[in-house]
Amino acid sequence: MAELRKETSQEMGLHEETLKGRTQKKFFSIDESENLTYFHSFDVDTSKSATIDALDMTPREINREIRELMEKGIGDITVDNPMSRHGVGVGILNRLNLTFSDSLGYFGCGLIDGPNVHIKGRVGWSCAENMMAGTVVIDKNAGSTFGAAIRGGDLVCKGSVGARTGIDQKGGTIIVGGKTGAFSGFMMQRGRMIVLGDAGMNLGDSMYDGTIYVGGEVEELGVDCVQADMTELDVRYLTEKLALYGMKTPRGVEKMQKHISGKMLWNYANLEPNEKKLIL
Amino acid sequence: MCGIAGIIHKKAGKGVNIGQQMTSMLQALKHRGPDSTGYAMYGKDNGNQILRFKVAEAADLEGSYDIHATIKDRMETVNSRLTELGVKVVKKESPTEYAHRYEVQFSGDMKKVADFVEDVEGVEILSIGNSLELVKDLGDASVVSDQYGLNDFNGTHGIGHTRMATESDVDIRSAHPYWAYPFSDVAVVHNGQLTNYWTNRRSLERSGHRFSSNCDSELIAVYLADRMSQGDDLETAMKGSIDYLDGVFTYLVATKDQLGMAKDVMAAKPMVVYEGEDMIALASEEVAIRTLFDHRIETFDPYHGEVKVWQN
Repeated sequence: MAELRKETSQEMGLHEETLKGRTQKKFFSIDESENLTYFHSFDVDTSKSATIDALDMTPREINREIRELMEKGIGDITVDNPMSRHGVGVGILNRLNLTFSDSLGYFGCGLIDGPNVHIKGRVGWSCAENMMAGTVVIDKNAGSTFGAAIRGGDLVCKGSVGARTGIDQKGGTIIVGGKTGAFSGFMMQRGRMIVLGDAGMNLGDSMYDGTIYVGGEVEELGVDCVQADMTELDVRYLTEKLALYGMKTPRGVEKMQKHISGKMLWNYANLEPNEKKLIL
Repeated sequence: MCGIAGIIHKKAGKGVNIGQQMTSMLQALKHRGPDSTGYAMYGKDNGNQILRFKVAEAADLEGSYDIHATIKDRMETVNSRLTELGVKVVKKESPTEYAHRYEVQFSGDMKKVADFVEDVEGVEILSIGNSLELVKDLGDASVVSDQYGLNDFNGTHGIGHTRMATESDVDIRSAHPYWAYPFSDVAVVHNGQLTNYWTNRRSLERSGHRFSSNCDSELIAVYLADRMSQGDDLETAMKGSIDYLDGVFTYLVATKDQLGMAKDVMAAKPMVVYEGEDMIALASEEVAIRTLFDHRIETFDPYHGEVKVWQN
């Protein structure tokens, strides 16, 4: 395999690229420790609790109420009667214990970085989209595009999930207790997906990095997705990870199937790890 | 993107107020499609055939000085043609100037009636059935429901649609549901886009089927009608549609005593199902189903290529 010429990567701007922009300058300068935090992130005390009754509230009102409670330093919030509303629990950028007593609609808990969320119901499409860190645990089922483009954290659905789970996944771990639908792991770029049940057709289609473990049957592998050998490290990782959420696979983790990318992408595989970070 | 919803009661007895239930669900899906709203609801069969038809588009009323006279002429022609075919009209209702509901008694070929009536310029049969009431018009669910007096509609099951126009015009002709001409009591609603619409439409037209609009969703109704005319039951016809239709779709179909759901092989369009002991409710989003309950419910998403049929 030919090496990527330095001039090519320079033309792509990878060597010269520096982190620019207001956000990076203001909030991530390592010389300014007081700015090592997000705008609208709060120091909260998880021993302080509050409950929101969302029965007659709009999604905007629910999110605003959560923010106002966090501003007051409350770190343990329960939302009753979310009534499957869309876009609730989004944009939380600090530690927080957040519980929804029932189901959420679309785009629940998207764009979060740090909270531990427990949803005692089901979620609609695109739950935890672009999640950066923290945990989201769903007791029931989830809709399609579950964990789209997540970059970190653990996203756990104890039931089954829809199609295109983990589409464009860039990191973190997605765990599914039941089965997952078609095109799961589509264009996966990094991270791990653990499916204890069956996987639908075109699993891992066009993936170019990351690992997908399946405990049940795989209907069909997608383009670029191949089966790999399980190692002792895989078994240990799966055992410890699943134990965190009290989950088990009936046949044992040793019998899970491991899937990785079988094809290297020219402009991706030849990059150094730090260069890959820039394009992901 | 459109929103679709359906409900079927297993133990409806004398009927449940499905008009209010469907309106509640469809209003909750308004954000998925504000252009038009449609209902196909199934009430009590009193032995008469129910003929729903329109003689103009809602927009026509604002576009022509002589439209009122034209509508009157069309109505006279429709009435004379029904008389000519021996159709006895026992009840007439006119929720709007352009949309009409007739209860008729006729033991002959209803396809012949439909064809003869639709031959009148500007006239379109919306549905024919013993218990099917198909209503569609511009506006959201609360507007259409008030306009057509659907808030007190008692029945066993129904399907509905909120439309965001993508493939054809914003008019009643392109609104859902579609009646599966010429089959009594069969109607379809669809969320998605079909990419082999024209190819399959031409093929079905060559087989003698008629299309009333340029909306791709009508293909589903006509295809199901075609398969059932060749002996398929509803579930078999729906399973065949998964391969026959190319594109992305989730659709609902209702017959006199059944409600079915089908999803494409890529599961590109949403559907959430609540399956209770007495009732099944389906919608593009759970937020619609939740309007029917004041307590927690268990729901699930059907899988790619899945077909399900429920009986009342």
